[in-house]
Amino acid sequence: MKAVVHVMPKLSVLDPQGAAVAQAMAHHGLAGVGRVRVGKLIEIELSESADEATLHTLCRELLSNPVIEDYTLEITA
Amino acid sequence: MKFAVLRFPGSNCDQDCLLALNALPNASAEAVWHKDAALPECDVVVVPGGFSYGDYLRCGAIARFSPIMQAVNEFATSGGTVIGICNGFQILCEAGLLPGALVRNRDLHFICEHRDVRVETPDSRFTRTAPAGTVLNLPIAHGEGCYFADDATMLELKKNRQVLLRYCDSMGRTTDAANPNGSRSNIAGICNRERNIFGLMPHPERACDPLLGSTDGLAIFESLLA
Repeated sequence: MKAVVHVMPKLSVLDPQGAAVAQAMAHHGLAGVGRVRVGKLIEIELSESADEATLHTLCRELLSNPVIEDYTLEITA
Repeated sequence: MKFAVLRFPGSNCDQDCLLALNALPNASAEAVWHKDAALPECDVVVVPGGFSYGDYLRCGAIARFSPIMQAVNEFATSGGTVIGICNGFQILCEAGLLPGALVRNRDLHFICEHRDVRVETPDSRFTRTAPAGTVLNLPIAHGEGCYFADDATMLELKKNRQVLLRYCDSMGRTTDAANPNGSRSNIAGICNRERNIFGLMPHPERACDPLLGSTDGLAIFESLLA
């Protein structure tokens, strides 16, 4: 099975990367660009025996930092 | 006084710390490899700057799980003195030993220059020889030095007087123009509530010899020795 973890900066945290990307997109002539936020996508190949609760713990303690980021975890077959 | 300077793969200020500390009277410092499970007998643990584990994932995110960090955690929670400089500050925040986090600089640039910081209180073992308002000129060198904490944590920091250093201009004014990286409230260094753990982005170990342009970093280390 496969786990996909999305990690995004919290809305309250300054995201200068997102702001720079938004500015660059506007420079490239795309009208109507609003707020852009840059996060991470982490793909993890897992055996069927992998424990989902432990995976969530690792999402909180290793893959994201709850002070500045939120995560979502999707597990697919 | 004995100092233990941690060394992770990617640490690059460990030698600077060892040199600066070993030059102080009545101080000795030794390096400790991150895979060691125990600390040597010491009075202060120094978590130095650098790019531990290549800053992969987030700065300090992987180093905090190194074997030595379990021992540092026990040392710190039993009242031992710990100082984290630059990447060391990031590691201590990731480890939950200090509140908040360090994120990308507001302008996205890596900043490497001397900056003025103001001592907010001498009420800590890290600042006790520097009266409040003392301006120290210290080098900074970081891409992720923007201090962030939520509003509730900011109130706690203020209430408990945990902010030890703020970026300021040469007159000691903590203006936005004097803030190099967008840190909340110009924060350059904080301690924990119990005041035994200190994290700061500037490098006092690189400002301990006149040849390096400033000796203001001595104020921090001399406080520890006082």
